[in-house]
Amino acid sequence: MVDIVKFLINPFGTMIGGILMLLVPILIGVAYYTYAERRVIAAAQLRKGPNVVGPFGLLQPFADAVKLLFKETIVPAGSSRFVFIIAPMLTFVLAMVAWAVIPVGEGGWFADGPWVIADINVGVLYLFAISSMGVYGIIMAGWASNSKYPFIGALRSAAQMVSYEVSMGLIIVSVIVCVGSFNLSDVVRAQKDLWYVIPHFPLFIVFFVSILAETNRAPFDLPEGESEIVAGFFLEYSSMSFALFFLGEYANMLLMCAITTVLFLGGWYAPFDVAWLTWIPGVIWFALKVCLLAFVFLWVRATVPRYRYDQLMRLGWKIFLPFTLFWVIATAGVLVAFGWLPNA
Amino acid sequence: MADFLADYLPILVFLGIAGGIAVVMVAASWFIAPQRPYGDKADAYECGFEAFDDARSRFDVRFYLVAILFIIFDLEVAFLFPWAVSLGKIGIFGFWSMVVFLGLLTIGFVYEWRKGALEWE
Repeated sequence: MVDIVKFLINPFGTMIGGILMLLVPILIGVAYYTYAERRVIAAAQLRKGPNVVGPFGLLQPFADAVKLLFKETIVPAGSSRFVFIIAPMLTFVLAMVAWAVIPVGEGGWFADGPWVIADINVGVLYLFAISSMGVYGIIMAGWASNSKYPFIGALRSAAQMVSYEVSMGLIIVSVIVCVGSFNLSDVVRAQKDLWYVIPHFPLFIVFFVSILAETNRAPFDLPEGESEIVAGFFLEYSSMSFALFFLGEYANMLLMCAITTVLFLGGWYAPFDVAWLTWIPGVIWFALKVCLLAFVFLWVRATVPRYRYDQLMRLGWKIFLPFTLFWVIATAGVLVAFGWLPNA
Repeated sequence: MADFLADYLPILVFLGIAGGIAVVMVAASWFIAPQRPYGDKADAYECGFEAFDDARSRFDVRFYLVAILFIIFDLEVAFLFPWAVSLGKIGIFGFWSMVVFLGLLTIGFVYEWRKGALEWE
């Protein structure tokens, strides 16, 4: 017992403890996000959705996990076995690792500074780099399967993700111009009085549509459009390899919602600076904002029909790219003209 | 320097833990579930047909074009990042320098547009 306490109070132990305190809620959140998706879409279609396993079907995600655990891992003949096995792991690990720089709260009983695993000074660049690498898992899966549908799905997905990444990058630049720091905690602190969703409202909408495309979600789910290419890049996957892709995708969606919260919705701050709202811990506000955005993901999926591929590319390159480029210059211009620049 | 690197240590540990979870999940299923592969089961899925030929064939050149466009604009974003964070220090001169740079890029963008490189019919 004493050994355990000693382990917990040394710096390395607290680090691992902190990581687990982030990782376990994320994994549970992802599991329940899959459940929430089925319930929300069922409600939108006047069905019941999963309601048998446990009260209100709340144990459904665990039943699914156990079922997948007992399935055979099929590696198709003619596939590149090593890459085929590695690809879902890469997707999962990248979706998890990006969370290391997301500040979910600040101060209080828990820590003096922001509640974050690694408070690095280039957090924004780190997130951008990790989300760019996400495309590798998909390309590797599509290529290694040596099957036609996954190959088409991977190509579509890669082209789509890189197209929308450009406008995402420009949007992040617009926000950074206002903050003057790459540290995500600084980005949140800069929004203490005014959330960026208000001055940058059009940008917020464009960013939200871009993260729908970036995570291959409806209405931009062409890489896995069931009616066209069956399941897309993870068609040949089964068992836990499939589960890792699934977890990775849903963790990515929650991650993108968290990034939107940090960039536009004021992170851990309460909507109004009044006592009965600021009394609620910041991490609860953060979680509520992420849940709200995650719900909109599901709402959009239940409502909007799928785009065509040429429409998707036109939206990304001909509308979002010029608009965000204009917005970067406009933001910087206004800040320079009025002398509102940070670190001036 | 050591402090600077120490900031990144938690990320490395996080990477190890996440990777460990992924490997354990796949390995556990591999050992728990019965594995009985045979010819037809391991075939590539093509709606019930036998696979016609190798899937790694030629594909549309437009995907390649999108990748090239992406490199140009992603580099541009990479240039914008340090500019954005230091705009307060470089002031009005820095602002107009970047406007000139982006103006040149916009000329290239308009050229691509007029040439139809952004079309996907």
